[in-house]
Amino acid sequence: MEKTEKTKDHIISYRTYLYVLGILIILTLISVSVTSIYLGPLTVAVALIIAVFKSSFVLRIFMHLKFESRLLTVLVILVASLVTSVIIITLLDYIYR
Amino acid sequence: MNTEENKKAEFSYLDYKGRHKGIFAWILSTDHKRIGLLYLFSILSLFAIGATIGLLMKFELIAPGQTIVNAKTYNAFFTLHGIIMIFTVVIPGLPAVFGNFLLPIMIGAKDVAFPKLNLLSWYFYVTGVALVVISQFTGEGAPDTGWTFYAPYSFRTAGNMLPAVFGAFVLGFSSILTGLNFLVTIHRMRAPGMTWLKMPLFPWTLYATGWVQLLATPIIGITLLMIAGERLLNIGFFDPTLGGDPILYQHLFWTYSHPAVYIMILPAMGAISEIISTFAHKPVFGYKFMIGSALAIAFVGYFIWGHHMFTSGMSGSALYAFSLLTFLVAIPSAIKVFNWIATMHKGSIDTQTPFYWAMGFIFVFMVGGFSGLVLGSLAANVHLHNTHFVLAHFHFIVFGGTGFAFFGAMHYWFPKITGRMYDTKWANIGLLFFFIGFISLYGPMFYLGIEGMPRRYFDYDEMFHAENIISSMGAYVLYMGAMIIVINLFSSLKNGARATANPWGGKTLEWTIPSPPPTENFEEQPIITKGPYDYR
Amino acid sequence: MNATADIHRDDMASKFGMWLFLFTEMLLFGGLFIVYSVYRFRNAEAFHLASEELSVAVGTINTLILLVSSATIAMSITAVQKSDKRLSLILLGITVLLGIIFLVNKYFEWGEHITEHIYPGSSILSLRGHGDVLFYGLYFFMTGLHALHIIVGLIFIGFTVVAVSRNRINSGNYVVLENCGLYWHLVDMIWIFLFPLFYLIT
Repeated sequence: MEKTEKTKDHIISYRTYLYVLGILIILTLISVSVTSIYLGPLTVAVALIIAVFKSSFVLRIFMHLKFESRLLTVLVILVASLVTSVIIITLLDYIYR
Repeated sequence: MNTEENKKAEFSYLDYKGRHKGIFAWILSTDHKRIGLLYLFSILSLFAIGATIGLLMKFELIAPGQTIVNAKTYNAFFTLHGIIMIFTVVIPGLPAVFGNFLLPIMIGAKDVAFPKLNLLSWYFYVTGVALVVISQFTGEGAPDTGWTFYAPYSFRTAGNMLPAVFGAFVLGFSSILTGLNFLVTIHRMRAPGMTWLKMPLFPWTLYATGWVQLLATPIIGITLLMIAGERLLNIGFFDPTLGGDPILYQHLFWTYSHPAVYIMILPAMGAISEIISTFAHKPVFGYKFMIGSALAIAFVGYFIWGHHMFTSGMSGSALYAFSLLTFLVAIPSAIKVFNWIATMHKGSIDTQTPFYWAMGFIFVFMVGGFSGLVLGSLAANVHLHNTHFVLAHFHFIVFGGTGFAFFGAMHYWFPKITGRMYDTKWANIGLLFFFIGFISLYGPMFYLGIEGMPRRYFDYDEMFHAENIISSMGAYVLYMGAMIIVINLFSSLKNGARATANPWGGKTLEWTIPSPPPTENFEEQPIITKGPYDYR
Repeated sequence: MNATADIHRDDMASKFGMWLFLFTEMLLFGGLFIVYSVYRFRNAEAFHLASEELSVAVGTINTLILLVSSATIAMSITAVQKSDKRLSLILLGITVLLGIIFLVNKYFEWGEHITEHIYPGSSILSLRGHGDVLFYGLYFFMTGLHALHIIVGLIFIGFTVVAVSRNRINSGNYVVLENCGLYWHLVDMIWIFLFPLFYLIT
């Protein structure tokens, strides 16, 4: 349906953005130091988990998903799951050869 | 009545006079109806070219040995035939022509969400086509890899791959933008009162298709860029001598190209639902299941690409998984077939030309579908892969499916689009020739495949000769049928009786506005209170 | 479609359209992540060793640069919402500057490899073994495609700078800037994944 009235827009404060930036910087430095320890096959997993965690901040605050309609969040999760599934299914071929 | 209708025709989208004059009024128009016709013109032209190439191929195959072309030319023929038919005809086909024209009208809107982007999609289309054409005439010779561009041959061949690959890439953009536009249009621009569950089935299938166009096409985009990377930079992703795996190319290619067939068939199914409902004067049976099955097809269709690769060297586990999932996708398709039949049951059937096309569709779609199950069985596939059986399967289900639905939709919406009625006698004669030709052309291919005749070969063993004669003759009958149909439609443009707003007694919104529609579609935005197939 | 301007503006549609476009980008890079996963699986050891040849310091700095630039472009939207045109332009300017510094870093990084004859198609690289060829093929292709997206993003931001300074983007009409921000954040997020996969898997 077309929106003809202006709804009150949600404004995120500068401070919130700076806090989130701080968290992202800390997470980056954590991922650098954690992966410099030898964890074997877990290294990639840890690095990726931290990356996903960082992305969730970028998505929810910087990209405003926390304040948008839930449909968008559902779609983002679905698309991310699709990409992940296709990667896993393809890998399955190689793992079992 | 005549002057009333004549007056109405004056203010139709065909006669609208805007800023631009002459041909620019069309190629610079952002009116979704004009853009739909731009696509119709382009797609029909390309279909004619692709069909002619197909005819030449069948001429070559009418006898063993060289008949009219040598092997290299034949390879270029089937490559071009595939690229044209797949990328420029059946993938854009129904969405670009009928989606563009009808979607806004069927949901009560003035246009799509992004009209300028819509025009840009057509420009991408034309550019992509131009690149494909260029690939035929420049460089070291036309591409000869087949439309599937398999590695490593696609980066080793001297043939002119880069323009073809970039052409396909650009055509992909056209598809993505069309899908994006339709998704936003459906989400945001439905008329007041038209809840999701009051939207007709053609828009619903365009919705499901939009997601596939959006989410699958980028994968072939990046894969084509990787082929370019191989040819230009020797990047090694698919080159075994550098550590790459050609099978990975096939994984990436089919991860798009399998969902692509659902781009081809879902809008076709939507159109068939509209046609059957209108000519049976009955609501579509199992409306919610039709929606669910469309979404299910789009979803499951994402995970079954490996059935194109059963003999490629994938792991055993991958084989089992893909075969099982492939069988699953038959279920929602079957639900649709049952519901179409159930819609007809106890309906008050008006046997018009579009209805005949719909019945033909159900028949050929089922044949194609069953043969797909055969190919989806691992043991059978070993025997049938890359034989004429595969050719028969996909021509029945794609040409039969999308093609029949396209012709059906052409006749169904012809009065609305042009304001004229087509000549029914010639339309039905054309259909008859088409159908007979179709079955004669593709039917024998099942047998030929089982007997072992390979595909993409310009020559064959004498044991296959008789069936090939039948098949090639069928091609001529089919071609004649298509010509009769198209000539009839063009002639009806000038000579057909003027059409009323609702010549078929349909219940969806397009039948409530004049034929042809005015530029802004509706004088007043409709307010929806009933479901889409209210035949009570 | 007709001469009259559409007075019914639908910002939600515009934003939704941008999100859909972002989904296509996720799938586009997704295809490359498929290739990365497969070849990393098949050449785990070689990928480990090759990764050590990349500079974690430069990679980390680039990551931080993009994170800060995401914050600045997000804050520029807040500034527009609060009608603080000057601050918005400053923040957008910083975003562009950071983007350019990222590209300059990339240029020097690539330059180092290329002077050592490590690039796709080089004969030196092909002598090093399959794992290395694939690692560097993926490295150049993925960071190259990413850099291309940074350039496009910078051009987009350039347009918004002009629009903000001409008041075409203002506190009552800023969806274009939001969409620009969304695109930039996506480019940042892709790097958030590229960084560990190439630099941190030692």
